Amino acid sequence: MTDISASPAGKSKGSSLLELDSRTRRRNAAERRFQIYGIVAIAIALAALLMLLVSIFSGGSSAFRQTFATFDMTLPAEQLDPEGNRDPAEMARVTTIGYQNVLRAGLVAAVRDAGIVPDGVADADITGILSPEAAADLRNRVLANPDLIGTTVDIDALVHGRIDGYFKGRVTMESAVRDANITPERLQIAEAMVENGLMSTRFNWGFVTKPDASDQRPEAAGLGVALLGSLYMMLVVLVLAVPIGVAASIYLEEFAPKNRFTDVIEVNISNLAAVPSIVFGILGLAIFINFAHLPQSAPIVGGLVLTLMTVPTIIISTRASLRAVPPSIRDAALGVGASRMQSVFHHVLPLAMPGILTGTIIGLAQALGETAPLLLIGMVAFVRDYPDAPPEGLFDPASALPVQVYNWTQRADPAFVERASGAIIVLLAFLLVMNAIAIILRRRFERRW
Amino acid sequence: MSFNKLTVSTLAIAAVYATGAYAQGRDQVQVAGSSTVLPYSTIVAEAFGENFDFPTPVVQSGGSGAGLAQFCEGVGENTIDIANASREIKDSEIETCAANGVTDIMHVRIGYDGIVFASDVNGNSFEFTPADWYKALAAQVVVDGELVDNPYTTWNEVNPDLPEQPIMAFIPGTKHGTREVFEEKVLAAGCEESGALEEMTAMSDEDTAEAACVAVRTDGRSVDIDGDYTETLARIQSDPNGIGVFGLSFYENNTNSLQVATMSGVEPSTETIASGEYPVSRPLQFYVKKAHIGVVPGLKEFVTFFVSDDMAGPNGPLAAYGLVSDPELAQTQAAVEAEETM
Repeated sequence: MTDISASPAGKSKGSSLLELDSRTRRRNAAERRFQIYGIVAIAIALAALLMLLVSIFSGGSSAFRQTFATFDMTLPAEQLDPEGNRDPAEMARVTTIGYQNVLRAGLVAAVRDAGIVPDGVADADITGILSPEAAADLRNRVLANPDLIGTTVDIDALVHGRIDGYFKGRVTMESAVRDANITPERLQIAEAMVENGLMSTRFNWGFVTKPDASDQRPEAAGLGVALLGSLYMMLVVLVLAVPIGVAASIYLEEFAPKNRFTDVIEVNISNLAAVPSIVFGILGLAIFINFAHLPQSAPIVGGLVLTLMTVPTIIISTRASLRAVPPSIRDAALGVGASRMQSVFHHVLPLAMPGILTGTIIGLAQALGETAPLLLIGMVAFVRDYPDAPPEGLFDPASALPVQVYNWTQRADPAFVERASGAIIVLLAFLLVMNAIAIILRRRFERRW
Repeated sequence: MSFNKLTVSTLAIAAVYATGAYAQGRDQVQVAGSSTVLPYSTIVAEAFGENFDFPTPVVQSGGSGAGLAQFCEGVGENTIDIANASREIKDSEIETCAANGVTDIMHVRIGYDGIVFASDVNGNSFEFTPADWYKALAAQVVVDGELVDNPYTTWNEVNPDLPEQPIMAFIPGTKHGTREVFEEKVLAAGCEESGALEEMTAMSDEDTAEAACVAVRTDGRSVDIDGDYTETLARIQSDPNGIGVFGLSFYENNTNSLQVATMSGVEPSTETIASGEYPVSRPLQFYVKKAHIGVVPGLKEFVTFFVSDDMAGPNGPLAAYGLVSDPELAQTQAAVEAEETM
């Protein structure tokens, strides 16, 4: 009988279960070290994310708030409707410059009535408070409703970007002395107006709904056209990339013979997914604009280019989810007499759907954030008119969200930096929503075997 | 299977729209080109959209060269109508245009833009002459009759009157129209002013000497900025010794972080540039495809509105933004009215 607990005397020294030998200690230490590396890696990633979010939110959250001046004034008929017919066609001859003068006179009267203007301040210092956008708003309002002329109306006007910047801490009294666009007197009057309730900073829907504005009026710039443009492009991508991608992967995965030719196709699809996006932009310019004569700056062209970019991503994820469906499902379907197509469309595809949807949404999210290919097809542009409703609107010029961010960071006025950060917040919110939808869809339709 | 039918029909619909539906023609003016002219273009486009029944023109950036290249691609609705440029069109570009059928081109000068030299607002102030810039940035300079690699490392070595500060210049890259003006009005002028041109001509021939005048040192003390002025500004903010080349309007929008240097004793402003006292300025212009007038609605009206006194005049919004208005604006207006081509 062998005593199994007995061990050779030489080795028994450290082999107690309670005391670890040096080799086990080394292995355990290696494991602990690896865990620490992992924690450090996660900490670095989290710190980077935190830094990104803090810098974007601290710089951009103020873009959603804007300073407005509110006062009453009577719209003078002799200046705004010289003919006196209240005919919009005739009244349209009065330009925004005419309206600006009227509006400025109204503001001067309102501020002087409130008795908050220090002695010796010229009217010019008061008039510079308003944004040029205010005149355009008033003109549109009057042309839409000519009866307003002669009556007293509430004016709710955007103020100059520098004054808005003062209330947001971007502009100070010291910098105003050096600044050609603002004077300390104007800032003092603006402060007095806030105390008198003539001016307030509040949430500004215009940032999300209004179109871009020129360099002279950062306070009026909004994301409306960019949001619509991005939406239209995503629509085109969805309508084109999903059917093409899904059809291609079903054929490749379920029907295609395995030979050298399909192998080449497979390798090329993987390569295509890794092609830099700018290349698709060059392709888009050559094919869609120069050859097919589609218009520049149009969401249809942007959508087509992004479709080319997204299709490989969708094919790869769709094939992966088709492959994840157990062969027993196919065998069972074929066993009860279904054709191959019936087995795919009745059984395999529904089971692969959550994976396909996730891949599609991630592909769309990638396309949403893409700027480089749009650069070449004229979408990095100043566009102020909203595109029409689709399908005609797909051919109207539009901008896109990431393009708008890029555009605003190029502008001279520092106020646009804030708006660029604000636009990033909107873009991130969009991506978050899309990813959330992907997760929800996956959870809802997921099957386990 | 309905999924199949859906797939086929969506593809068919998409194909029909992509080819057939786009027959209705473009109804807005398309502009592209110089990033210096871009802000002026957008200001006018915005006002045009507000006050006229035409849609707001679409304005793209990209630089003078890129804009003119796009402009010369041909005639037709998917080509642009107007190219903005901060320099004049080159002969080679006119040839490319002609080869693609773009023959009648209108040249419209909108005004002048000053090029200013600015540094960090909290740093030293500078009073430059073109000769200082030439000596500081030239690849090779003449020292004691010998052509040597540029030995200067601080500004006071270049000119004892300047502060002792390392030379670090951020100048526009070669794709910018501004670079050409900088070379011509600052480096070449400084080369001549300092007498280096004469000495180098004596050493070789005149063409070599002129080329040597505008050759910029590549030892890292001069950095080409291919992006916009915002990038130059960011570089100065991270390196307070840096001195950048800006457009006047950009400087005027950023006076709280930049201070401007004088050139030959003159401080840049719209007045000194208009009077010609400030030496570094250039005309801004755009080029219009005459073949598109009458085809693209609102093109003629937009161009006329651009050069009107309300916009480009001395009291207009463009002047308020930093454009030096053209004393010969009336002639430009007449030329636009008559649709005169180059």
